[in-house]
Amino acid sequence: MSATATKPDTAEVVLAARNVAKSYGAVHALKGVNFDIHRGQVTTLFGENGAGKSTLMKILSGVIQPTSGEIILDGKPVAFQNSTHARDLGVSIIHQELSLAPNLSVRDNIFMGREIMGPTGVNFAEEEAQVRKLMADLEEDIDPLTPVEDLRLGQQQIVEIARALSVDSRILIMDEPTSALSATEVEVLFKVINDLTSKGVSIVYISHHLEEALQITDHAVVLRDGTMTAWAPRAEIDLNWIVRNMVGENYNLGSPPDGYAFGQTALSVQNMVLPDPGGNPYNVVDNLSLDVKAGEIVCIYGLMGAGRSELMEALAGRYRQQSGRIELLGQEISDLSIAGRIASGLALVPEDRQRDGLVQTMSVGQNLSLASIGAFTRGLFTSRRAEKALVADSIKRVTVKTSGPDAAIGSLSGGNQQKVVIGKMMATNPKVILLDEPSRGIDIGAKAEVFRLLADGAKQGLAVVYTTSEVSECLSIAHRIIVMHKGRITAEFGADATKEMIMAASGEQHAA
Amino acid sequence: MSQTSKSAAPQGQGFSLLKLLLEGRAFFALIVIIAVFSYLSPNYFTTSNFLIMASQVAIFGLLAIGMLLVILNGGIDLSVGSILALCGVIAGAMMQGIEIKAMGVILYPPVWAVVVITVTIGALVGAVNGVLVAYLKVPAFVATLGVMYVARGVALLLTNGLTYNRLAGSAELGNTGFKWLGSERIAGIPISVLILAVCAVIAWLVLSRSAFGRWLYASGGNERAAELSGVPVKFVKVTVYTLSGALSAVAGLVLSSQLTSAGPTAGTTYELTAIAAVVIGGAALTGGRGTVLGTMLGAFVIGFLSAGLVIVGVSSYWQTVFTGAVIVLAVLMNSIQTGKGGKKA
Ligand SMILES: Nc1ncnc2c1ncn2[C@@H]1O[C@H](COP(=O)(O)OP(=O)(O)OP(=O)(O)O)[C@@H](O)[C@H]1O
Ligand SMILES: [Mg+2]
Repeated sequence: MSATATKPDTAEVVLAARNVAKSYGAVHALKGVNFDIHRGQVTTLFGENGAGKSTLMKILSGVIQPTSGEIILDGKPVAFQNSTHARDLGVSIIHQELSLAPNLSVRDNIFMGREIMGPTGVNFAEEEAQVRKLMADLEEDIDPLTPVEDLRLGQQQIVEIARALSVDSRILIMDEPTSALSATEVEVLFKVINDLTSKGVSIVYISHHLEEALQITDHAVVLRDGTMTAWAPRAEIDLNWIVRNMVGENYNLGSPPDGYAFGQTALSVQNMVLPDPGGNPYNVVDNLSLDVKAGEIVCIYGLMGAGRSELMEALAGRYRQQSGRIELLGQEISDLSIAGRIASGLALVPEDRQRDGLVQTMSVGQNLSLASIGAFTRGLFTSRRAEKALVADSIKRVTVKTSGPDAAIGSLSGGNQQKVVIGKMMATNPKVILLDEPSRGIDIGAKAEVFRLLADGAKQGLAVVYTTSEVSECLSIAHRIIVMHKGRITAEFGADATKEMIMAASGEQHAA
Repeated sequence: MSQTSKSAAPQGQGFSLLKLLLEGRAFFALIVIIAVFSYLSPNYFTTSNFLIMASQVAIFGLLAIGMLLVILNGGIDLSVGSILALCGVIAGAMMQGIEIKAMGVILYPPVWAVVVITVTIGALVGAVNGVLVAYLKVPAFVATLGVMYVARGVALLLTNGLTYNRLAGSAELGNTGFKWLGSERIAGIPISVLILAVCAVIAWLVLSRSAFGRWLYASGGNERAAELSGVPVKFVKVTVYTLSGALSAVAGLVLSSQLTSAGPTAGTTYELTAIAAVVIGGAALTGGRGTVLGTMLGAFVIGFLSAGLVIVGVSSYWQTVFTGAVIVLAVLMNSIQTGKGGKKA
């Protein structure tokens, strides 16, 4: 258990951090960490939100410089000037937050900054051929010429992965590469990882999906509050070991809250049809009807592309072209704007926090209060005192780890940013809350907190609808589990469903 | 758990030291400009000269406030100079009397009506910009570029290219007083400066204390996130262009009153000066960042610099060079600053 137990393993260490510390002003993100990457093996890194995982990886890939400490590449100390320098030395990284240019095509994103030059300029044909090959390896049907902004989040993540793969690095760091991928896509990625390691490529893998990460890990390292708390080879670890070292206790995603009766129907959807917003001739939501009662928690499970996000966004008022009836507490709301729906008690926590959830130019506090400005406006002006109280309350309610409400939103770890988005919508005191993949990028402790928050809300009469791509998350607090496939509800279960039943109904080829 | 709020020392929120230093750039530039020209010319550092310079700054300052609102929204408004001219000309036409041939009468609206009508027209032209950008999805640069040409063209058509000179009105017609805006003083301070001050204070209150201000910063920072949080982003967009148009009209009234003439070529390239003031004041052209205080400092930096160059007798060609250099310098400092902060992604 001791932090200095990082003695060399059988396999050679190719890249190592020695006593690396990183501070942002008063925030000590890393406090002297040792970390080894072994040739041809997968090292997984676990830790709560804000533990310093991304910070350590950014240091190892040259994106940021450590405050103190040393980086050792092939036994010799090295100082990466920047990420290009690190890439030239064989280290590349897949960032937790997507870093693609949305207006450019898949091909141009993958070769951005390393264009293949021919005698007459960029050799686009060669680039395109390579992208097709990469997509075939990843078993994805993505055209190299599609603009990235037209891809759904999971596909964008695939592009990000493909870009890192295209570099042929010796060391590949993956910071939550799978947070938006489906189970099948994850399996393919794991195949690719196994291929790479057998060729001698070393991998660092970060994920909050612990079971998933355990499938490929050779070594596990746990970070906690900027220090390494545990290290062990695969043979010695299991889920409990990770959780114990990460949060110091066992965790439980909870069970459906009981001991109360559901209220009236809070949300009622009748025959909703939404044509594909991309203009394809099919419906992404296809004649769907759904009732949710006050106090009830409903989980919508489905693969990527099942239409869950579109359903959620249509309910929130994002689209104009849908048909069908939406009622909130018996009141027809189909004609209301997004703001109108929020005011009448329907809130959405969107899937993509960077694009749809956060305003990067605003502080943590301003982001938290953004959806409830009306609540602290007195006459013409906003009341600073009321806003402060609301923000402090939200920070406490969703336990955001931040140096204060005035901190820049970009200074938060990924999981804490997600909590800000949830806190923002909870602050509007909704009657019905829709959460699209609320657990994306948050650690198990936080996940349990979010679910407990939702369960508490349900007891007070809040109707909760959330989507997930992880069956285990459906089998926690949900009273009812709905499986969506191609825009339709294909099955409905009570809380006593099993994993196998749910996956079979989703049209998923068997995933582990 | 875990709220490590060590740094949250109790302090007057609006005026933390760091903020002051950041905005301080333009402030220090202003001090340097005043110091240098005061040294070079004994006439510079006098109350009367300051008031004269300030009343010139008022025109740019008004345009810059409108420009700031648009830029905070992530847009740009190239039409302000033309709207200024169009509104000036319309006001001029009304002061000279509008002849309605069919009825054989000439109407002389009182000055207050001229002001109201002119500002309304400016707002309407601005609203056209807003609708083009928000609803018809024309990029702001293109939409306002088009309106810039159209407004200028209409101003030329209305006047046949000539300038209205008789703006004084006459007592028997009951329409005197147009001069008041541009040349009168209250407690020694030119009316134009007071108008600027009032507009700046209102804009500051709106941006820092009202829901609308918060909507504006949010939709400029990330329009999709703002929309999903219930911000009426289209309304915000139309409103900022409308306000920019209205402020251009006010500037047009003040300018023609100062000059006691209204010409269709007034205000040419003023949009660029307004953009420069906003940028020198530290606002980001990508939207979401910027303050009224910064923009006002930016306007004064430009105004005091060019006035100073005139006073010490530098040729107008050199004035242009200096102004350009100051703008580039300011933006350079902006990008150094955001370059440092933006590395964390
Ligand atoms: N640019 C920055 N400025 C200030 N603080 C920062 C900055 N970047 C990171 N931090 C802080 O450093 C700590 C570690 O952040 P990091 O992103 O490494 O966490 P993480 O382990 O990757 O978490 P997650 O699982 O949520 O992604 C956090 O407390 C975060 O607030
Ligand atoms: Mg991270």
